[in-house]
Amino acid sequence: MAAKVSRFFNLKVFSLLAVLLTFFAVKMVAQEEPKSEHSNEHATEQTAEHPATAGHESGKFNAGEMILGHIADEHDWHIVGPVTLPLPIILYSEEKGLDIFMSSKFEPHHGEERSYNGYEMHKGKIALASGTSIHDFSITKNVASLFITAGLLLFVFLTIAKSYKTRKGKAPKGLQSWLEPIILFVRDDIAKPTIGHKYQRFMPLLLTIFFFIFFGNLLGLIPIFPGGANLTGNIAIPFFLASVILITIIVIANKHYWGHIIAMPGVPKLVLLILTPIELLGFVLRPFVLMIRLFANISAGHIIALAFYSLIFIFGAKSAVAGYGVSIVSVLFTVFMFCLDLLVAFLQAFVFTLLSSIYFGSAIEEPAHH
Amino acid sequence: MDLIKPDLGLLFWMLITFGIVLYILGKYAWKPILKALSEREDAITEALDKAEEAKKQMANMQAENEKLLAQARAEREAILRDAKEMKESIIAQAKTSADVEGKKMIANAKENIEREKVAAIHDLKNQVASYSIEIAEQLVRKKLESSKEQEELVNKAINNFHLN
Repeated sequence: MAAKVSRFFNLKVFSLLAVLLTFFAVKMVAQEEPKSEHSNEHATEQTAEHPATAGHESGKFNAGEMILGHIADEHDWHIVGPVTLPLPIILYSEEKGLDIFMSSKFEPHHGEERSYNGYEMHKGKIALASGTSIHDFSITKNVASLFITAGLLLFVFLTIAKSYKTRKGKAPKGLQSWLEPIILFVRDDIAKPTIGHKYQRFMPLLLTIFFFIFFGNLLGLIPIFPGGANLTGNIAIPFFLASVILITIIVIANKHYWGHIIAMPGVPKLVLLILTPIELLGFVLRPFVLMIRLFANISAGHIIALAFYSLIFIFGAKSAVAGYGVSIVSVLFTVFMFCLDLLVAFLQAFVFTLLSSIYFGSAIEEPAHH
Repeated sequence: MDLIKPDLGLLFWMLITFGIVLYILGKYAWKPILKALSEREDAITEALDKAEEAKKQMANMQAENEKLLAQARAEREAILRDAKEMKESIIAQAKTSADVEGKKMIANAKENIEREKVAAIHDLKNQVASYSIEIAEQLVRKKLESSKEQEELVNKAINNFHLN
């Protein structure tokens, strides 16, 4: 265990840096927000609704708004230029009941808050004009991206499963041979060493989580239509995955594990008063850290890439020459960051799965016979 | 803050989607894939074991063959040696028996010759005696009246003869 911890210490440092960077970026954006709202109300509204077009349509460019707009969720999927894919909006409120319509129904005029049938959309959030509470189950950009990721997962792995049946006992081929090493990696380098001989029980969950995060991350890196959403960097997804891990641990944990959390054997009662709360805190904190790590890493990747591009427009607004000059550096840096993000896409899927696997392993560990 | 507040709608869809994906992949993808992988691994291990065993068997067989060959060679050698010995002994035996037989034959022949010789001499003696008597008779007849006296005279004379 100690060796493993030290091996992933580097990753932790990296994650920590990413978290710091994220919050730093968010803080910068937050500081900038009121200023721009003061100076140009219209530009701000526009960037919130059509962030991708913000750079070249409005006179003033707001990097913070653009970046935040990109990593946040949207109700329609902006594809290229004026082309936008409308997405279904599903709303439920006590006042109006269930309401389903396409996002294109919201009048697409720029600058103003968009409204339709008593609903108002402000910065990608839908509210009732009357102000009563509303439940939004819309197929947003992230939900659509979630469906695409799920569809891709199903398509890829059902295809592979079929080729395992048709080419029984033969060497892998095509897609199969591309993904088999990763499946074996999850089995032999993640599950087996951390869980032990009972690893088979956890393989479906670990594999699904690993490939969900991996594919989601990769899709997020593709800047055009099927990708481009910040799915795994949206806090809801890591939150859900971490919750799955926590619930699984609660379900599978044995007496030995609970015993060590609630009352560490061989520790004086007085010390337990301090130790038990710490252990309980650690119990919840572990999945929480899983969530933060994935969220921060992926969001940070998006933020940094977008920040480099923002530099072009910020300098371009001052003078065209500066804009072109900076663009070379920006593109180079973005290419570098993209390569790094490719690594991070795999790394985060790996780290999330590995740590989950370690937690599962410790939850079902049998007491050592002394 | 929106960025770090999980969106309920997304959570709801994630719960449904992830549940479905986990179920379908678990049942129709991971299970057959992992099964096929472990089966293939087992098959490979088995094949390797079998190859190893076959190799060992082959080595065993080769050793056995060599042993058999050596045995056969030794046997052949022994047979040849025996045959040679037998040949020599047969020749030697034949030689001795021929020798003995020859000697016997020679001895017999010598005996026969001796016997024949004695008989011949005896015969010759009688012949010579009868011829002598005849001759003497004719002689004496002419000179003597009584042959009786003459015969006595001759016999006396013959007895005085001793051959050998």
